[in-house]
Amino acid sequence: MAFEPNEEQKVLKYDELRIYSDEELNNYTDEELKEFKCKHDIPDMDELEKGPWPSFVADCKREALHRRNLADDRMMIDRDVVEDMLGQLQVSFDEGETHWKHGGIVGVFGYGGGVIGRYSDLQERFPSIAHFHTMRINQPASKFYSSDYLRCVCDLWEYRGSGLMNLHGSTGDIICIGTFTEQLEPIFYELGHVLQQDLGGSGSNLRTPACCIGKARCEWSCIDTQAMCYELTHYYQDELHRPAFPYKFKFKFDGCPNGCVASIARSDMSFIGTWKDDIRIDQEAVQAYIGGEFAPNAGAHAGKDWGKFDIEKEVVNLCPTNCMWMEDGKLMIDNKECTRCMHCINTMPRALKPGVETGVSILFGAKAPILDGAQMSLLTIPFMKCEPPYDNIKEVVEKIWEWWPEEGKNRERLGELIQRQGVAKLLKVLGIPPMPQMVTEPRSNPYIFWKEEDVPGGWDRDINDYRSRHAI
Amino acid sequence: MALSTERLGLYNPDKPMENRLTDLGPRHFWQYFPPVIQNNYGKWDYHDILEPGVLVHVAENGDKVFTVRCGGCRFMTVENIREICDIADKHCDGYLRFTTRNNIEFMVDSQDKMEALKKDLESRKHVSGSYKFPIGGTGAGVTNIVHTQGYIHCHTPATDASSMVKAVMDDLFDYFQGMTLPAQVRVSMACCLNMCGAVHCSDIALLGYHRKPPIIDNEVLDQYCEIPLVIAACPTAAISPTKTEDGKKTVKIKNERCMFCGNCYTMCMALPLSDYEGDCVTVLAGGKISNRISPPKFSKVVVPALPNNFPRFPEVCADVKKIIETYASDANKYERIGDWAERIGWEKFFEKCDLPFSEHLIDDYRLQYDTYRTSTQFKYTEASWAVSKAAEALSE
Repeated sequence: MAFEPNEEQKVLKYDELRIYSDEELNNYTDEELKEFKCKHDIPDMDELEKGPWPSFVADCKREALHRRNLADDRMMIDRDVVEDMLGQLQVSFDEGETHWKHGGIVGVFGYGGGVIGRYSDLQERFPSIAHFHTMRINQPASKFYSSDYLRCVCDLWEYRGSGLMNLHGSTGDIICIGTFTEQLEPIFYELGHVLQQDLGGSGSNLRTPACCIGKARCEWSCIDTQAMCYELTHYYQDELHRPAFPYKFKFKFDGCPNGCVASIARSDMSFIGTWKDDIRIDQEAVQAYIGGEFAPNAGAHAGKDWGKFDIEKEVVNLCPTNCMWMEDGKLMIDNKECTRCMHCINTMPRALKPGVETGVSILFGAKAPILDGAQMSLLTIPFMKCEPPYDNIKEVVEKIWEWWPEEGKNRERLGELIQRQGVAKLLKVLGIPPMPQMVTEPRSNPYIFWKEEDVPGGWDRDINDYRSRHAI
Repeated sequence: MALSTERLGLYNPDKPMENRLTDLGPRHFWQYFPPVIQNNYGKWDYHDILEPGVLVHVAENGDKVFTVRCGGCRFMTVENIREICDIADKHCDGYLRFTTRNNIEFMVDSQDKMEALKKDLESRKHVSGSYKFPIGGTGAGVTNIVHTQGYIHCHTPATDASSMVKAVMDDLFDYFQGMTLPAQVRVSMACCLNMCGAVHCSDIALLGYHRKPPIIDNEVLDQYCEIPLVIAACPTAAISPTKTEDGKKTVKIKNERCMFCGNCYTMCMALPLSDYEGDCVTVLAGGKISNRISPPKFSKVVVPALPNNFPRFPEVCADVKKIIETYASDANKYERIGDWAERIGWEKFFEKCDLPFSEHLIDDYRLQYDTYRTSTQFKYTEASWAVSKAAEALSE
């Protein structure tokens, strides 16, 4: 397989790019950390250091101490930023309300997204978080990293920001939380020129696309989720950085119907890998599952004794379409009845695999509840081939982007527009016919919005003609 | 070119467009793959979960990659990330990855390396005692909670995220490190209805919710907000224009129509909703994303409001645990929480989980009819006898 980046990728070596020396990075001991006292009184934070799950407070204290021990000129925003953040968090707990102001329009020149403005409303008490802007960095597809890259981001963000991050934001970006307006352009410059790395999306634009682990480490991925995510992200950079849409728009790429990146619930355009031929069966491996040599479900249930694996009970009878049976000790599948739910494949991964004629199902319109309730994506294109450079996919995308920005209302997601104007309109936009697979059942009310052209003779009628036949 | 240490780095504020680089996009993923991943891309044959948190993927040519999955806070500092990098450098030739659910995955190409990696990870603890990199989050257990920003960074939350996640995961820690459940349980958390975490299809969703209508800041509303946009933002048409006594343009709100979505506040800073007593935590259950056996489903509201009891949210933790423990003891193998609730009937879900059913749990929004039960098929529970008893009392 050929994997060519769109442009040559600079090799990033931390030792050539770093800001901090080893001495600076290791500037405190565990004893100092144990003795560390935040400058603010934070009893609830201290409570959150207890218990087995990783404590974000314990982590914050490390960063706070690290900043205390750095020289004054080794960070561009106040050293107290972490301590002030913890202090304000404690006040928020005490008062049961957030202390971040509403909004704040900041950004980098030429982009309408990627930076989220944030200001404290307790600036006198917590001056080092007076500004606390977020920068979103577009993550590499499926979130593999080299330590060189991450260490560079860490140095950059500690030097010019708070050192506080999310790995990762809900949409997928690397989130850098907390810097001052002055540092936004410098950070963007460093990212682009030194790390050859762009910001992600925010606001009414294409949001940073995300994908599952795909073919990198999963035997079920029917499509090359990383390649597709990378290509579409690069191809639509303008839409990602310059808001021209009614509201946000999300692409997500799931390699199979298991849906590990949740595209069906949270993307306006969900790409889900599927296949159109037969599930591949290795009958010997089926026997090995029956005989107990292989653990069902790849060992996912090993923590409890569920008894001996029973293929009838656990696979055949749980098949939602009853399209499987055992015949002379062999597992049989009536593939034309299969809806590709993945249960049998998940349960016996060494015996069953998705088919080899693979492609993508495309669904539209998922969103969280704001505003008219949550929606899941509508199955619209059942199967489409999916090969680089994905021109067929891009055509579909662009048809949607001709319609929705034109007719969508302010802050109306695609799913809401589909509901407002009807699925028939979506089909017209895409130039595809309807199919029963688009609904769970046909409508139960007959309130069809007949169009004039649907009805013989049109709608233009003469009342006099009617009256000639019907007296009042 | 090294990272700059100048105050403004490479940026020249006098010539902002000089040498500007834009539209570079993300870096290419291939360079971040360890050799074993590059060599076997698209050629994986099968995988096994060797123990909770430890996976082996076997390629067609017999190559193996061992993955150790660790829970982590999605909110972390550069100090934590540097430690993650140290581990990757020490054991994994400098490579690592993060999962969609904020777990950290370290990959090695042999069993020996995996054992050494595991030992190292298990030994790392914060000075105050919590694990830095607990191993788990695979198979039929509870994996990491995806969540939102909360009071750490957001301007609209109805609760805090990182603290609630810490408290709940402390309580569910054994489920994270075990695979004892009938199927996986995905817990998600969002601090307000905006749900930047999109928690609406989770086995258990924890949702911050406002319960008091906006306060109208008449003094500044016209100055900061576009009144027509504010009016249009309300899904129930509760907002209309008005004037103050001294003639300032503002809005009025029909409080009885407010469903507390906060969309008006998103449009207008002069309509804050947050309130110490009003804000609460709503618990939803029974959603899923996967198409396995049953189609994806929305989560349903099962507890309308629990108090924002910072920092450990004992009421939230108790109800989450109650649901998971009941599910663990009652559901069939492979059944997700939603599948189980549908099989036994939601009336039994409430009975078995010992959760009260209140009128708040019956939909009264736009598509309420979809959830009416229009059948005589039901199961008798205490709740149904209570209705019969109340009805009998009417005739006495």
